[in-house]
Amino acid sequence: MAELLSLEEAVGRLVHDGDTVALEGFTHLIPVAAGQEIIRQGRRGLTLVRMTPDIVYDQLIGAGCASKLIFSWGGNPGVGSLHRFRDAVQHDWPVPLEIEEHSHAGMANRYVAGASGLPFAVLRGYTGTDLPAQTDTIKPITCPFTGERLTAVPALNPDVTIVHAQRADRQGNVQMWGITGVQKEAVLAAKRSIVTVEEIVDELEPRPGAVVLPAWVVTAVAEVPGGAKPSYAAGYYERDNSAYQAWDEVGRDREEFTKWLNELTGVKA
Amino acid sequence: MSTDYTADEMMSIAAARALSDGTSCFVGIGLPSKAANLARRAHAPNLTLIYESGCLGAKPSHLPLSIGDGELADTADAVVSVPEVFNYWLQPGRIDVGFLGAAQLDKFGNINTTVIGSDYHDPKVRLPGAGGAPEIAASCGEVFIVLRQSPRAFVEKVDFVTSFGHGSGKGDREKLGLPGQGPTLVVTDLGLMRPDPETAELTLTELHPGVELEQAIKATGWTLKVADDLKVTPAPTEQELTLLRELEKA
Repeated sequence: MAELLSLEEAVGRLVHDGDTVALEGFTHLIPVAAGQEIIRQGRRGLTLVRMTPDIVYDQLIGAGCASKLIFSWGGNPGVGSLHRFRDAVQHDWPVPLEIEEHSHAGMANRYVAGASGLPFAVLRGYTGTDLPAQTDTIKPITCPFTGERLTAVPALNPDVTIVHAQRADRQGNVQMWGITGVQKEAVLAAKRSIVTVEEIVDELEPRPGAVVLPAWVVTAVAEVPGGAKPSYAAGYYERDNSAYQAWDEVGRDREEFTKWLNELTGVKA
Repeated sequence: MSTDYTADEMMSIAAARALSDGTSCFVGIGLPSKAANLARRAHAPNLTLIYESGCLGAKPSHLPLSIGDGELADTADAVVSVPEVFNYWLQPGRIDVGFLGAAQLDKFGNINTTVIGSDYHDPKVRLPGAGGAPEIAASCGEVFIVLRQSPRAFVEKVDFVTSFGHGSGKGDREKLGLPGQGPTLVVTDLGLMRPDPETAELTLTELHPGVELEQAIKATGWTLKVADDLKVTPAPTEQELTLLRELEKA
């Protein structure tokens, strides 16, 4: 049964130094507040997993929380580069960042294998590209039925997955709708999970097409209204595109970023 | 026909014209998304737009900034999970056209969006990476690419093959068992390129109005082949320009 905790307590208890941590949300429902709480609590040596490490991972990487990133597209969608990510890869600032690079199809299937309790997934992908030569977790496999050469990718089973959703009830059953990306797979693949939600309600009202994560697959639920901002939560608030554009200025410069970080963590300049 | 337009507007309009009505198109963000949304307004009302966030048949009223803007989900025929969009919809070859951008493109239509520089571990520039592109390039019926033409972007050989085009020439896709035809069209701010039917090398087949051949040659980092019957792209119509400008403002 999921425990209802504050965000501070959930991150404090469930995210440890050196953990493999996935924060998922495909543009929509990105658990930004939870990522920033990880920064505040000063976690180090994390292996961060995420298909589209956007600005919340730029912030975590810039704050020195991560030693490795497993990903498939690292940019600020529609805006440009993630400058903290670039700085870490190109100049080891503030700490070196190892990368394990995939395609979206590969990452999605790694979560599917993880959620399915299987050691690997198979897809018709990566053929002809230079990615397999740089990434140990992409291997050829022969179909035992047809002989076709396909690609195998190993399961992703994070120590902890964090997602954001619209609602949960008091038992910790979670409901999310709209673009639901790989959140269900990422939660089911993880050893532990934290779901931050816009609100906790007495009873979940059924919604067509919504994904329900039952309380018994979720470790902790934390009520964090606005916890996905500047991304969005369908039915609650819209994506703040201007904030993504504004991040480009902050992320571009080490000093500007450090000012931002000090403000977040309450350090006086 | 209008004479009052920019090279970027000509590029978006030429890219939009390449999409015919009734087809399905897997859309990348940025220039491809702009062109696909213009096509839907201009001449292809039954163009099915598919975004990798899981939005099938999106009909946005304004241009999304990202592939997962709420507008795409709210207007879609269906919203599915990301594993589903790649495994059920893209991989079996259900999508006619993949529409991609690139940071670097070589003469055989191979795309680099990963690193600039020859050392992957010590790159000159770290780019965003693959996203959905490798499998889009592999599995869509055909691939259109749109990007601004410059010697830095149009290189003899890409530094990293993120998404496979025609490899090192005709027949490479078949050898690898890639299901789709690969790149059949490249749209730039200067003109259009298509793979040569014999060699698969990208060949300039059309220049946009007012562009000199010398400009296109200078903006290409390899010795650009030019079609014998080099044509001129029709200039944007007033209607196309009006629709594009409305789209950019909305």
